[in-house]
Order: sequence, then structure tokens, then C-alpha cells
Amino acid sequence: MLRLENISWKTPDGVGILRDLSLTVPDGKLIVITGPNGGGKTTLAKIIAGIYKQNSGRLYLDDTDITDLDITERAKLGISFAFQQPVRFKGITVRKLIELAAGEKLPLNKICDYMSQVGLCAEEYIDREVNSTLSGGEIKRIEIATVLARHSVLTVFDEPEAGIDLWSFTNLIKTFEDIRNSLKGSIIIISHQERILKIADEIAVVAGGTIKAQGKPDEMMKLLAENNAVTGKCFKQEAMF
Amino acid sequence: MNEITKDLLREISDWDGEFKGAYNIRENGQCAGRVSSKNIRIESKKDQPGLEIFIAPGTKGETVSIPACVTQGNIDDLVYNDFFVGEAADVIIVAGCGIHTETGEPARHNGIHRFFLGKGSHVKYLEKHIGKGHGTGLRYIDPVTEAELEENSVLEMDTAQIGGVDRTTRITSAKLSEGAKLYIRERILTEKEQTAKTDFKVEMNGRDSGVDLISRSVAKDNSHQAYHSVIIGNAPCTGHSECDAIISENGKVDAAPELHARDNDAALIHEAAIGKIAGEQILKLRTLGMTEEEAEATIIDGFLS
Repeated sequence: MLRLENISWKTPDGVGILRDLSLTVPDGKLIVITGPNGGGKTTLAKIIAGIYKQNSGRLYLDDTDITDLDITERAKLGISFAFQQPVRFKGITVRKLIELAAGEKLPLNKICDYMSQVGLCAEEYIDREVNSTLSGGEIKRIEIATVLARHSVLTVFDEPEAGIDLWSFTNLIKTFEDIRNSLKGSIIIISHQERILKIADEIAVVAGGTIKAQGKPDEMMKLLAENNAVTGKCFKQEAMF
Repeated sequence: MNEITKDLLREISDWDGEFKGAYNIRENGQCAGRVSSKNIRIESKKDQPGLEIFIAPGTKGETVSIPACVTQGNIDDLVYNDFFVGEAADVIIVAGCGIHTETGEPARHNGIHRFFLGKGSHVKYLEKHIGKGHGTGLRYIDPVTEAELEENSVLEMDTAQIGGVDRTTRITSAKLSEGAKLYIRERILTEKEQTAKTDFKVEMNGRDSGVDLISRSVAKDNSHQAYHSVIIGNAPCTGHSECDAIISENGKVDAAPELHARDNDAALIHEAAIGKIAGEQILKLRTLGMTEEEAEATIIDGFLS
């Protein structure tokens, strides 16, 4: 279980992004965090991973106070972070990156398992470099495969739909549904997408740097659709694709 | 052959106690072993130090290894090796160099390799250079590679110098006939006060010839590297060069690519990027549980792999 208590964060030039935000993510649950652009969602995700350091407030993973732990220490405790813009590496192959994530050498069939979960054929990709020759959809899937290989207790996906085409998005939803069904740890997904919101156990709306509303998908979808003042038109209908 | 030579051979030519196929081992300027095969004949040059290696036309799947090792200071080893590759041959040539010194005296190996590729032949040329030992004497490796590629021949050159060499000047030149292809992969790591200078000149003289030259380098500490490439398209041809460098601490890299199109249908491209390791790359690896130092080492290892 992840517990955030009274988290606040300002930009280096003093602009308040998160204000006294508190959130609990129970074990084995999928929480989708949505809200208008600029509302603090990605900042929140990066604070959980330790990429940003909050100005005040505390974080707990189960009974461990992780407030002062850095990125590496949090990763070693089982927190994973899937980047909105996956990072590219010249010279590092897909196989190597997945093995780095797993922390060990892996047999081909194990890599195939992770790659097939994100809809890619391992044999086509394992020897390719994680460089600019991969499309946005391909690298997004590989990013997710690296996170799957970690067997995390908590995984944070920062806008997995960002920067990918419609075809890849449709397949990505299927991937998240599969992950959802085989989930052992908890998942947080930052997303605007209605279809991702629908597979959540809970939806939390972040706007103005705080949690504006939180609840089950049905009630939250209704609220989001009815009350643009709350959401700032924060989620995209599928028809917009 | 002394034990240091054996250690160097393992690193530069994957020697496991023996070579498969033809070989010549050069140790401190002397021949420490030579074997020719039915299709690959190795002979000493008559007029200067070095070898003439004759690869029979049509030879397929054979490897010839000609490693050179310098295991003591105060040696200046100069060698001229010529490779005559027969038509339609398809072979691997391994030609690494290792220098190990434990004294304050300098040691140098200067290998001048000339390749004459017959029509339709294919050569994979592997060249690995290392410097080892605790001696303060400077270790120099100054390879010169000259290649003439006849029609439809292919030369794949994979060259790496990963640490320990204090000074290097690497000069590579090639002339390509019709349909000939040249692929070069170069990787250089310098650290401490080391310097590396690498110079390429490729002339594409035949229709449909092509070169793909990729150089990756890492300059750490106070080291300095200079990259200079000249690609000349004298015919309808394709040329691509790419120079990527990572700098850390006070490392310095100069890159000076030149493209010369002398034919209206010559298509030449150059890409170059120099910079420190991207912060987001380190962040990504840290989210996988690595420390910052482990992440940097992993990124550099991958970059130079």
C-alpha cells in the first residue's frame, strides 16, 4: 500500500503545483489519476518515483517511510516508473534493457513472455537497439515490458497513451486490461483516456494541485462528464481519436 | 610465447589456447608462431618487416588471425602487412594489438595494413587494441589501414580501442570500385591524459559504391579525441558517416566531418552528436534500481558495444 500525506511541491521559481495532497493506493488495486493539463498529475507521479523531491509531506510504502529515499532506493523497494516519453539508448538492445530491469540474465522464453504481454514478437526486437529507429508505439511497449520484468509492488505509468497512434493505442488498452487481470502489485496510471479510466478500480481527479474527487469508475465517469468545472474538460472521449 | 602475450591474445583475438585456421603471432617484433592453411598462405615480406597474406579465390568461411603483442617497454614495433583477397572469397581477418608495460619506458606498435579485395570478395576485419600494465611509460598504437575494393567486394571493418592506450593516431583510407561496399564501426574510449586521433578518407570511384562509417567514442577525465572524416563521391554512390561522442569530466572531443560530392548522383550524409550522458538516461536506469555510477557505466558499455 502506498500512502501520501500532505504532499506539496513548488517549481524552482516558486509556482505551487501540488498543494497538501493526500492519497492512498491499496494493495492490488489499479488507480487511474486524471485531471486537466497542468494540474499536477505528472509531478505527483515523479514524486512517487523519487524523481522530484516534495517540499513537504510524507510518503509510506506499506510500513516503510520512503520520504527521504532516492530514486534508486525506492526502485529497490519495488517501485517502478514508466516514462511518458520513454528514454532511448544508443547501443543498448531491447534484450539488455529488459535484463537490466529484471536484474538478471534471462532465457529467451522469459523475454518472449514479457514482449508478448505488450504485443511484440521478441525475436524481431530483442537484438534491436533501443534507439530512434523504434517508433513511438514500439518504444512505449518496450518501456512497459521493462516495467513488467521488474515484478514491482507498485508501478506508476505516466500517460502511457501519449505520443502513440490509434492502432497502437487500441492494443495498449488490451495490454493494460491483461496487466490489470494478472496484477499482483498496485498500479497507478496517469491518463486522460476514457478506456483506461474504465478499467480502474478507482479514479482520482487531480486539479489545481490537489485531489478534487475520488471514487469508483461509474460514479467518477458520470461526475467527469457532468462537471467540467471539476475536471477542466480533463478526459478525452474515444470519439476524439 | 610469454604469459603476458597469452593474456593479451585472449583479450584482443579471443584466443583460447589455439587459433582456428591460419595465424601469425607477433611478439615484441618477432614471430612467435605461424600456420598457413590450404587456402590462406602467410609469408614474410622480403624487403621490410611484416607479412604477405594470400587468400585463395573462392575461400569460404575461414579465419586468419595476425595479432601483435608488445609486452615490454622501449620497443618501437613497425610492421607492414598486406592482404591479397582472391575473387569471391569470404573470410574473417582478426588483427588486434595489445601493449603491456610495467616500466617507465614507452612502447609502440605501428601496424600498416593494406587490403586488396578481389571482385565479389567479402572480408570481415576485426581489430581490437588495448593497453595494459602499471608502467608509467606511454603506450602508443598507431594503426594505418589502406583498402582497395574491386567491383562488388565488401569490407566490414570493426575496430575497437577500449582503454589503456595513451596515444593513438589511426589513419584509414579506402578506394571503392563499382558496386563495392565499405562498412566501418569504430569505438574508442579514452581516459586520464590519453589522446586519440582518428582520420578517415574514403573515395567512391565506382557506380553504386557505398560507405557507412559509424564512430562512437567516449572521452573521460582529461582525455582528448579528434575525429576527421573525408568522404568523396566521384560517382553515383551513397555515403553515410556518423560520429557520436560522450564526454565526461574534462574530456574533449573534436569532430570534423567532410563530404565532397563530385558527381550529381552522389548522395552523402553526415550526422554528428557530442555531449555528456543525457540525464534522463541515468534517471531511467535508476528507476530500474541502479545507482548513478552503475547507470553511467551501463550507458557507456552499451554505447561502445
